[in-house]
Amino acid sequence: MKKVKVATVWLDGCSGCHMSLLDMDAAIISLAQKIDLVYGPLVDTQEFPEDVDVTLVEGAVSSQDDVTKLQKIRQRTHLLISLGDCAVTGNVPAMRNSIPVNKLLQRIYVEGAQEGKVVPTDGVPALLKQARPLREFVKVDLCLPGCPPPAKTIAAVISDLVDGKKREAALAVKFG
Amino acid sequence: MPNKKLSIRIDGELISALEGQTILQAAKVNGKYIPTLCDLEGLTPVGACRLCIVEVSGIDRLIPACTTPIQDGMSVTTTSARLTHNRRISLELLFVERNHVCAACVSNGHCELQSLASAMGISTVRFAYNYPKLGVDLSHPRFLLDHNRCILCTRCVRVCADLEGAHVWEMTSRGIHARIMSDLNQRWGDSRSCTNCGKCVQACPTGALAEKGCAVEEMVKRTDNISSLIQRREVQA
Repeated sequence: MKKVKVATVWLDGCSGCHMSLLDMDAAIISLAQKIDLVYGPLVDTQEFPEDVDVTLVEGAVSSQDDVTKLQKIRQRTHLLISLGDCAVTGNVPAMRNSIPVNKLLQRIYVEGAQEGKVVPTDGVPALLKQARPLREFVKVDLCLPGCPPPAKTIAAVISDLVDGKKREAALAVKFG
Repeated sequence: MPNKKLSIRIDGELISALEGQTILQAAKVNGKYIPTLCDLEGLTPVGACRLCIVEVSGIDRLIPACTTPIQDGMSVTTTSARLTHNRRISLELLFVERNHVCAACVSNGHCELQSLASAMGISTVRFAYNYPKLGVDLSHPRFLLDHNRCILCTRCVRVCADLEGAHVWEMTSRGIHARIMSDLNQRWGDSRSCTNCGKCVQACPTGALAEKGCAVEEMVKRTDNISSLIQRREVQA
């Protein structure tokens, strides 16, 4: 049987959703036999591959870099999943949204810093005015809210997709 | 003189209810579920949240069950594709209107807005988030008001007026700018009419009004206490 190509992506989030993904205990062993993890923080691939079956994206869209990544991912993915509240609603990263970016960076990296009082610009992508959910940038096929979504839910969704089903209605969903 | 008995149909089932009862009351008494959010048993209904909308035969528009008195022969439908569609939109608009960050909320896991979304299977919203800049009033010694989490259900306004009789809370401004305010738009801590009873906190369906010192998930509201207090008062009266 051909293995399903799965990718995971970490945008503006805390990696808690990835922790939850790993938290599915023994289920991960049987799942690993059916999927090929082709990209993500858990593997070493540098470039997002072509023709990925399922991509789970954690985190809100916070920088132009995130937007570019996400657009490329959308082009190269059959089924895109918003994984967790940040990807679905903006959640905690979006709490900065009513504060102008320069004021925010000034407050944290200059006023709030003990030493090295400078706003970093080298090697970090510039922030967008607001952190917003994936759905506002690209078409999203499935949303798994939760902070983080329970491991069981993630396992159930991936297993279903591996078996060729897309089953959102039957999922127990909860924000937060 | 006791209230007249009326016959109505709810989802095709013939039931008898008392004249003066609302559709919601008649439905509850007969074990029929209609989703609600701004309603709290015993408080004057206002029809603010539009979650309890129902279809009534012969009327084209959707009617809020909490504010509509029953009429003899009325036929009510509580569940349909059209109702689900409209209820979902109402709920989604509540989510995008303010900053409901469930993960960082004292009421996470005990919130009526959150649990209603779960019950309706809402995994995302179709509208763009508003992300407004809203304040938090921490001036009261025991309680806090976080406008980010307020859904303008006005339960606090009504419990303060109907039950406590203090009339601390009111609404100010209109539409998207509408806010809950204490006294004459003063800080809650400066309010001279507030009795510090905390009924508004217990009545609030979200984490908008909460006790100070609660961490995430720690604020559990006791709306049942409010309803039983009202019931006991009615028996006395």
